[in-house]
Amino acid sequence: MIKNSKVVSALAVAGIALFASHAAQAQVIKVDGSSTVYPITEAVAEEFQKAKKNAIKVTVGISGTGGGFKKFCRDEIDIADASRPITKKEMDDCKAAGVEYIEMPVAFDALTVVINPKNTFLKEATVAEMKTLWEPAAQGKIMKWNQVNPAWPDAPVKLFGAGADSGTFEYFTEAMVGKAKSSRGDYTASEDDNVLVQGVSRDVNAIGYFGYAYYAENTGKLKALPIVSPKTGKAVEPSPANVENGTYQPLSRPIFIYVKAKSLEKPEVKEFIEYYMKDGAKLTKEVKYVPLPPSAYTGNIEHMNKKKLGTVFGGQNEIGITIEEVMKREAKM
Amino acid sequence: MKALTTEEIRAVIARGKLRDNLFKALGIFCLSFALLVIVALIADMVIKGSERFTLDFFLNFASRRATQAGILSAWVGSLLVMFVTALAAVPLGVAAGLYLEEYAKRNWITTVIEINITNLAAVPSIVYGLLALGIFVYQFGFGQSILSAGLTLALLILPIIIVSTREAIRAIPAMIREGSMAVGATRWQTCRYHIVPYAMPGILTGVIIGLARAIGETAPIITIGALTFIAFLPPAPFAGEPAAGLFDWVMAPFTVMPIQIFNWTSRPDPAFEVNAAAAGFVLMAMVLSMNAVAIYLRYKMRKNIKW
Repeated sequence: MIKNSKVVSALAVAGIALFASHAAQAQVIKVDGSSTVYPITEAVAEEFQKAKKNAIKVTVGISGTGGGFKKFCRDEIDIADASRPITKKEMDDCKAAGVEYIEMPVAFDALTVVINPKNTFLKEATVAEMKTLWEPAAQGKIMKWNQVNPAWPDAPVKLFGAGADSGTFEYFTEAMVGKAKSSRGDYTASEDDNVLVQGVSRDVNAIGYFGYAYYAENTGKLKALPIVSPKTGKAVEPSPANVENGTYQPLSRPIFIYVKAKSLEKPEVKEFIEYYMKDGAKLTKEVKYVPLPPSAYTGNIEHMNKKKLGTVFGGQNEIGITIEEVMKREAKM
Repeated sequence: MKALTTEEIRAVIARGKLRDNLFKALGIFCLSFALLVIVALIADMVIKGSERFTLDFFLNFASRRATQAGILSAWVGSLLVMFVTALAAVPLGVAAGLYLEEYAKRNWITTVIEINITNLAAVPSIVYGLLALGIFVYQFGFGQSILSAGLTLALLILPIIIVSTREAIRAIPAMIREGSMAVGATRWQTCRYHIVPYAMPGILTGVIIGLARAIGETAPIITIGALTFIAFLPPAPFAGEPAAGLFDWVMAPFTVMPIQIFNWTSRPDPAFEVNAAAAGFVLMAMVLSMNAVAIYLRYKMRKNIKW
């Protein structure tokens, strides 16, 4: 036994020596929340730490938008990543805990409806057609393409979509079916979008939806389906240009970070946000998301300096809101 | 009964041999199937992940660029969490097992405790995560730290260690205890000098099986709030300015290997699949080397036991 304890202590000493060179006391900025916003925040955190020579530390977690707000309103983190605006209940929680915040849109997320590249009959789809296909009443009934549109063939429909816990599911159902979380249940659901990519790429009759980044990384295996905009009546395909100029509607939406007002009194958090707004656009493009127009980033800085507290959404999600409108509106706690 | 002729007896024997051989073939088939699966799994990860097996992969933090992303914070996190887990679970588990086998009276309370421990081994790991979130993270105020994670996993593997300790102790012949007591040793002395040393190989096996399960756990660690992106290591004792305390690292935020792997498999950029495969292989190597250490220690200890 004595021998063994020697081995153990030797290992412990070796371990201590290994970490010794890396340690330095520093401030930590804590970010948590949506997996949709994560790639952008991660990229910013990575570059920011490099620029600061690791004197400031940033941690980023993925608890989901809801989980992130829970921690945020419990005063545990500095910044919440959110793929939707804060809800009424979360606003109340934050108020109860005395957490004040500034809402900052940081990028666009474009939900993309994808089909197999060998699919020849689908050129575009309307919101109404999508509703027929995805609404709860379609369950067990709409099983063939010609049931949605008589011009389409008599072939089985294979559906792939987001799992019911994701913000993507919530937004897609709200934008297409008209009511959040209202969807048929008989489709292949996965929280892992790569599973959906595989599924659609292997079946000619498949249709699915997920965030634009997953389409952008797999353009060889998938085809994006243009969606007819209810406003203009024109079919628009998802592309960075169409998202930025606001024509890809209703499937594009801004995604946010919520910054705690109290944390902004710490110089390192303020610096981090300034860095986020300055280099955010470039890094957003790099991780295959669509950046906001430059005015939105400068607007965020302005809001930070003027302490524009609260949300402009009043606890409600909104379909088809433009980024200019988001920036202009009055915010409320 | 009619006597069998020699031919008939030979036929019976031949039939028996045929069945023997059939079963042997089936056994070999099953064994090679299991082996093939693990070999295929390892080969798949090695082939897919081969371009990432560089020193940088082990010394770099997570990154948005697949080729630069590494597992430094993940493997350090995993090792430190395992260290805390072992430190908490082994003494508790061994002591509990020893008490139940050597000290506890056989009555209904002991029976209830025994049944509960066996049932605990079957509780899904996420439930331990929820429990730990309430108790360690908030009630005790440990936060989302290595300490919380280590204690959570310690709870998870405690039943495994207790059960294997008891089985190891039960395998020791009663005459050892009787002999020890007969020459005047107290119960404590019997345990200290005979029972625990002789049971050690079995206990170690249980500990390693437990730790190997714990190192692959994701669900409870995510529940208590492990991070996904963390580009710094926990403070080392006595390092830095002002110098860190000996145990400052237990309160540090962290990530572990399974979370890093899961994050990489779910990213849009397919290049991260290479990282996930490479990290998967590293995790597997960690588990296998833990097993190897256990087998070596067991072998050495068995040699020292003289009954």
